[in-house]
Amino acid sequence: MYENRRTGLLFVLPFLLGVLGFKLFPFVASLALSMTQFDVMSPPEFVGLENYRVLATQDPTFRQSLKVTLLFVVLAVPPRVAFALAIAQVLNFRLRGVSFFRAAFYLPSILGGSIAVAVLWRFIFSQNGLVNIALAKIGVAPVMWLADERYSIWTIVTLFTWQFGSSMVVFLAALQNIPKSLYEAADMDGASRFQQFWRITVPLLTPVIFFNLIMQLVHGFQEFNGPYMVTEGGPLNSTYLLSLYIYEESFRYFNLGYGSALSWVMFALVGGFSALSFWSSKYWVFYAGEKEGRR
Amino acid sequence: MRSVLAGDEAARTRRRESGALALRYAVLAAIGLIMLYPLVWLVGASFKSNAEIFGDIGFWPSHLDFGAYLKGWRNSSEFTFATYFVNSFLIIVPRVIVTVISCVLVAYAFARFDFWGRKILFGVMVSTMMLPHIILRIPQYMMFRSFGWLDTYWPIIVPSAFATDTFFVFMLVQFLRGIPRDMEEAAQLDGCNALQVLLFVLVPMLKPAIISVVVFQFIWTMNDFMGPLIYLSSVEKYPVSLALKMSIGATEEVEWASVIAISVVALIPSVVVFLAAQRYFIEGANSSGVKG
Repeated sequence: MYENRRTGLLFVLPFLLGVLGFKLFPFVASLALSMTQFDVMSPPEFVGLENYRVLATQDPTFRQSLKVTLLFVVLAVPPRVAFALAIAQVLNFRLRGVSFFRAAFYLPSILGGSIAVAVLWRFIFSQNGLVNIALAKIGVAPVMWLADERYSIWTIVTLFTWQFGSSMVVFLAALQNIPKSLYEAADMDGASRFQQFWRITVPLLTPVIFFNLIMQLVHGFQEFNGPYMVTEGGPLNSTYLLSLYIYEESFRYFNLGYGSALSWVMFALVGGFSALSFWSSKYWVFYAGEKEGRR
Repeated sequence: MRSVLAGDEAARTRRRESGALALRYAVLAAIGLIMLYPLVWLVGASFKSNAEIFGDIGFWPSHLDFGAYLKGWRNSSEFTFATYFVNSFLIIVPRVIVTVISCVLVAYAFARFDFWGRKILFGVMVSTMMLPHIILRIPQYMMFRSFGWLDTYWPIIVPSAFATDTFFVFMLVQFLRGIPRDMEEAAQLDGCNALQVLLFVLVPMLKPAIISVVVFQFIWTMNDFMGPLIYLSSVEKYPVSLALKMSIGATEEVEWASVIAISVVALIPSVVVFLAAQRYFIEGANSSGVKG
């Protein structure tokens, strides 16, 4: 550590200005705006908690949006993390071809957020698209994925789950840190691979599972491109996630006060879920001693 | 007796290992196929005629038809996709440059200097990674509007010059923490100042991490949709993502063949950058992962 404190401050200065100007100030300002009625044209008018009262008591769109958002997060986030862990476990060996598979599984998480992939997804799930063709091959009647409000959510859930690669590489790194000796000892004792996975791998990985779960929750709540492009929130608002509602309310109808209130609800949801995970973590996350298990 | 038993045991283990290995490859290949087939199929579909696209599960088109590419490239707007690609790069190149510079400087400060408030600031940085970005959009919009930056690229580029993409700072800090200090101390003894140490000693060693930053920021900016959607209003300034949205929304009856063709083209820059750098940057991403 260098002693020269002033130099350090100089180097960190861009971030200090950036976080104050582009993060903290907007953060506080958005809370203030959420208590106003504001349409850009005339100055904001303070209305107290009116926006929150309206959305809690007389906004059916909000209720629908909230329901769909929670459904989406519950359906999409755990499978994404579970897939990431399962594939990482299968990928965790050193032989030829591993880097090819690693890249192949990683690719969707890189491209998946793009509008191009969302366009392609919309096409795959269209009435005569790839999914229905494949279903027909195994004798299942075609499903109107984009037009039937009972199934539409699955188009954006699969798109989200498909992008498990970024969590997968984090799991892979963690798997490589588990000492081989633990598995050798378990082998000696006659534990099966399955038992080894559940009794050694999973407990040791709980901190990483926890980390991935939180990060993916934050992503899941903010999912926008998928529902915006693939289903456009429909049919019958069955994929109208909160992020879409916030966007439309704020930047299409320019109800910036109400939009801010909605985004604070999202913040509360993300915060609440994260807090819940943190609270529950003491029951299921296992932190090995710093000295052991680090090789 | 003992050695015979051990040999037997070893052979059984070997057999089990090779069986397990075959199973691994089979599972990986099956999942890989399911995951990548949609992408592969779409590349094939982009050469098919509008009629042939629907109802055909195979990859190979009956004949190579570049018509869809031509039509998609020209699209129905007043500009070709050449304009939109140029626009995308006009955003990406400056943004990547300012991101690398600001994030390396800030990461250097966090990893190597002891300044007042370092711990708190680092905590703030980590917690902004978890902050839903959408909550900042409205005040940021108001701010950039008052600067007169609406319908310019500044709102997308300037925040990155202040190391606000904290994921990258975090990644670089983690990477720097793994680099021993001996070389820097030697350079200091030779009379290098702090900036020279960074430029001549650390930056070369940070190369894999910096490549990761470049690749991620390139692809994320290419993918970015909500930013341009909020800030840009004139079509001549649209990047690829917005132009794609426009081409699908322009007509009631979507011309799938050309829309798919142009979507495939839109993915090419990201795929090329990913493949060119994947060796470095998956490692870079690895080193940022929490080590358990």
